[in-house]
Amino acid sequence: MIEILSVTGPASVQDLGRFDQYRFGVGTSGAMDDVALRVGNIVLGNDENAAGIEIPMTPFKLRFGRDMAFALTGAGVEAEIAGRAIPPWWRLHARAGDILNIKAMSCGARSYLTVSGGIDVPVVLGSRSTQFRGEFGGLHGRPLLPGDSLPCTASTTTIGELGIEPADITLARSNAAADETIVRVVIAGEYDAFDAATQELFWSSSWKITPQSNRYGYRLQGPAVKPKAPIEKRSHGIVPGVIQIPPNGQPIIQMRDAQTSGGYPKIATVIRADLWRVGQARLGGRLRFEQTAYADALAAEDGMSAYLDRLRTNVRLVEEIRTCR
Amino acid sequence: MTTPRISLLGTSALLFEAPGAFDLPHQRRIWSLAAMASKWQGIREAIPGITNLMLTFETPPRELDTLIAALNDGWDAAEGLAIGGREIRLPVTYGGEIGASLQSVADHCGLSVDDIVSIHAAPLYTVFALGSHPGYCYLGGMDPRITMPRRQTPLQRSAGGSVSIGGSQTGVSASPGPSGWHAIGHTTWTFFDPSRPTPAALAPGDTIRFEIKRVIR
Repeated sequence: MIEILSVTGPASVQDLGRFDQYRFGVGTSGAMDDVALRVGNIVLGNDENAAGIEIPMTPFKLRFGRDMAFALTGAGVEAEIAGRAIPPWWRLHARAGDILNIKAMSCGARSYLTVSGGIDVPVVLGSRSTQFRGEFGGLHGRPLLPGDSLPCTASTTTIGELGIEPADITLARSNAAADETIVRVVIAGEYDAFDAATQELFWSSSWKITPQSNRYGYRLQGPAVKPKAPIEKRSHGIVPGVIQIPPNGQPIIQMRDAQTSGGYPKIATVIRADLWRVGQARLGGRLRFEQTAYADALAAEDGMSAYLDRLRTNVRLVEEIRTCR
Repeated sequence: MTTPRISLLGTSALLFEAPGAFDLPHQRRIWSLAAMASKWQGIREAIPGITNLMLTFETPPRELDTLIAALNDGWDAAEGLAIGGREIRLPVTYGGEIGASLQSVADHCGLSVDDIVSIHAAPLYTVFALGSHPGYCYLGGMDPRITMPRRQTPLQRSAGGSVSIGGSQTGVSASPGPSGWHAIGHTTWTFFDPSRPTPAALAPGDTIRFEIKRVIR
């Protein structure tokens, strides 16, 4: 069991998401940075879809009810366990009664806490992810509150400490700037409804991430990008990553809690291999879009898989070496 | 648009948009195409929209030509699938705090508030598709005289149960959340229960009749 002591912002229980309920209007939910959650589960020997805690703001404090291995991945955080500083992207062992205190987030936007065996909330419609709008999944379908107790299926096996190569370093884009996140996108249905100059404006602008950005969507601010003529589309399915252009010309990137359908024109879609980068982009930060062909978008997913494969192999090797001793 | 339009939603889904009118015969062909496509290899779900269909991928296809051809052939071959649904009656309070856009819809359409209400409550609406949020139904059959374009900037929060107009469509929100539509009234009804194996109360093919419970001017 884990007891939440203090929370800032909407922390929630998330797994990789709920992917086959679109026909009932149910979106995916799931970790905004699915790479970080996956890594947190891999290093603990968990099912990669095991649920963890997504922590979007600090300070955040919890108490471990019993001995268990855990990992912190995702955003760069200043954290302490039982008064000892621990780096992010780290696996270690907590003792019953230990307090984990995540004090500050120096870079990135979401930290993930995974525990050996996973957070054992009930599976609802195929997933443990919190569905805020539907008020189900996760813990009672809502953000975590001080005093909440989260059940864990933690195994009692002691595993040693281990540092992990952070995704944002290993998967860094060569053209990335410190103050800007570059994300690759595939053009979408209404791209051609924008004239050449407007398309160019979309690609060349550095888009500011407004405070109205959250798990539902990232609302961006920059020069108005408007189609040649107003477009009213019949409602159709959309997925996380779709970039809609409402009539005010300010793009909205649909994120994990987005509606499953919409009718605003779509200019492009963030590719799956880069959607986690948006999830780690901070309010007030900047985004730039880079056009990618479908085939290259698939290749980018292969790059991400290679990183995860290497990690799986390394974790296995480390365990084998420990056993040999 | 005389031929179907097919476009990508990144690498996780694809959108098929049928040519032709926003009407029941076209929607019935979409239901038929969805039933077909949901059985294809590599397809996770086939989700009907309003005269369109989204396919989500179990694994993204390496090349898209085969899938695109199958969709086009499927559309040409699709006989309308008539679904015999059930009919529900929903009492609606028009106007008021939740239906605060009733007057602006009337102004936009050049009609009186009473006209909007009676035109909106007249038809027997068919559930064309589910989407947006858990249990939400897109309805077909709205009178084009009460069409109003979606909002310039979507609202971050609109009330649960609100009866709204967005473009040439209408619907009832199943829970509170962001919306780009104009609320003209509200109703209380449970559209979604996650504890049920089929969590949505309504399905494509079901019909809704709005009953005027009250008009707050």
